[in-house]
Amino acid sequence: MLKIEAILQPSKLDAVKDALVEAGIEGMTILEARGHGRQKGHTEFYRGREYTVDLLPKVKIELVVSDDLKEKAVQAIIGAARTGRIGDGKIFISRVEEAIRIRNDERGETSL
Amino acid sequence: MCCRIVKLLLLPAVLAVQALAQPTASAPATQAQIAALQQAVQEAHSAADNAWMLVSAALVLLMTGPGLALFYGGLVRRKNILSTMMQSFAMMCLITILWAIAGYSLAFAHGTCFIGGFEHLFLRGVSIAPNLDYAATIPEQTFMVYQLMFAIITPALITGAFAERMKFSSMAVFLSAWSLLVYSPMAHMVWGVGGLLNANGGRIPSLDFAGGTVVHITSGVSALVTCIYLGKRFGYPHQKMQPHSMVLSFIGACLLWVGWFGFNAGSALGSGSLATSAFVNTHFAAAAAAVGWSIAEWLHGGKPTALGAISGAVAGLVAITPASGYVQPFSALAIGFVAGLFCFFMVFVVKKYFGYDDSLDAFGVHGAGGTLGALLTGLFATRAINAAFGKDAPTGAFDGHWSQLFNQAAGVGVSWGISIVGTLLLLFIVDKTMGLRVSPEDESEGLDLSQHGEEGYDLNS
Repeated sequence: MLKIEAILQPSKLDAVKDALVEAGIEGMTILEARGHGRQKGHTEFYRGREYTVDLLPKVKIELVVSDDLKEKAVQAIIGAARTGRIGDGKIFISRVEEAIRIRNDERGETSL
Repeated sequence: MCCRIVKLLLLPAVLAVQALAQPTASAPATQAQIAALQQAVQEAHSAADNAWMLVSAALVLLMTGPGLALFYGGLVRRKNILSTMMQSFAMMCLITILWAIAGYSLAFAHGTCFIGGFEHLFLRGVSIAPNLDYAATIPEQTFMVYQLMFAIITPALITGAFAERMKFSSMAVFLSAWSLLVYSPMAHMVWGVGGLLNANGGRIPSLDFAGGTVVHITSGVSALVTCIYLGKRFGYPHQKMQPHSMVLSFIGACLLWVGWFGFNAGSALGSGSLATSAFVNTHFAAAAAAVGWSIAEWLHGGKPTALGAISGAVAGLVAITPASGYVQPFSALAIGFVAGLFCFFMVFVVKKYFGYDDSLDAFGVHGAGGTLGALLTGLFATRAINAAFGKDAPTGAFDGHWSQLFNQAAGVGVSWGISIVGTLLLLFIVDKTMGLRVSPEDESEGLDLSQHGEEGYDLNS
């Protein structure tokens, strides 16, 4: 089982969510986040003083999928989120040790 | 109401019929009828004035709660929103009680030329009957409660200077005492019977229609003194301390603009044409000032911010306050526009240069705007709008009375003086007995939690 974490532009959330559902992935967790990579922040003015805001709003999607769905999920995300500009985001993949369904104690890939 | 107007219109017909019907014995009956009709007209007039004055009083209170509470509240960091609003609300409550006990008497009772006496302590003698010294067509209680709303907002304005770092208890004591020691005397000098600066017979007749000196200079200058005495917020100016909700501030500013119609037009103490002049001038000045500030900000190298626009509007409203019942509409546009530019300069250049932490620009807008407005009143006041000094006597400089500028300067000087001295004295006393500032930990945690044990927003509950 793999955990896929994708950090995205907030405006891409709906498109990515739809693409994942279409790819057959049924569960996901969405978090509101702030951050930046190479994308510079923006400047704001307050009483004539310029302030750099470098914590930009982002959206993070977390999925846990079976190994065979990895490429499909990744392609779904990239297809929906890519614009070609700096700020598109990143995907991280890590291995998950265990997954348990709380309702009925199912474990392993059947719980996903 | 309808009945009385109909009666008035029918009066000539009635008289004519009576004269034809009974040529000899009708004189006393006609006289009685005329007297009754005159009484009816007077009552209608009073009813109109009182209705407008009660609405105006409500509008001015609206300026404090929630106008100022929202305006200031949105400008502070989220952890201080409630405490900022509480400061305005506390004034609504505490000043009311003090005003009823002694504040009104010290401001408006007969006394010396500097302060009123104790004639109206506990509102003794303040009844439904008009007080002929001030407003002959409305109950004195209306006048008293209207003036109370001014007494409430003036100390509330000062809270902007020491936002995010003053103890609630000390603030309550300090501002309550300030209201009696600075506000009431200043109100007496400018508006009270026998006052030193009263336009109506004072030794130095100063034109201040709705409180440029009494409200804005005193609060603004006291704000400057307080923010310097207290010192800067920790982290100012390097740390980013931005408004957490410009939305709230925007709403607050609009409430201030609308409420100001009660502040200025209500100062006509009646519903006649003078109220109209003040109303129009108020609105024109706000609009012109917002434009002025926005242009200045845009040219200064930034973008036209919402904060700038609303601050500009408030600056215009402040500047027109002393002039509102004395000037022509296009003078109001000019006063507003200049105030927008001037207050922009005070906030963006002067504040930056001296480095004082006037957190919400109480001095930059109210102190500076009030000073400018008081002086421009001397320039633009005209007998065409308000023959304040007599039917054919010129009022302001352009009207022909250039020495009025000295009188205006005197009013400005007195208000600066009493504010600086009174505020320093009170700050010193409260500081030595209670302490003024919160501890660094409390300041860092935020005043909502440290002073009130509350959070302004709990969006997860």
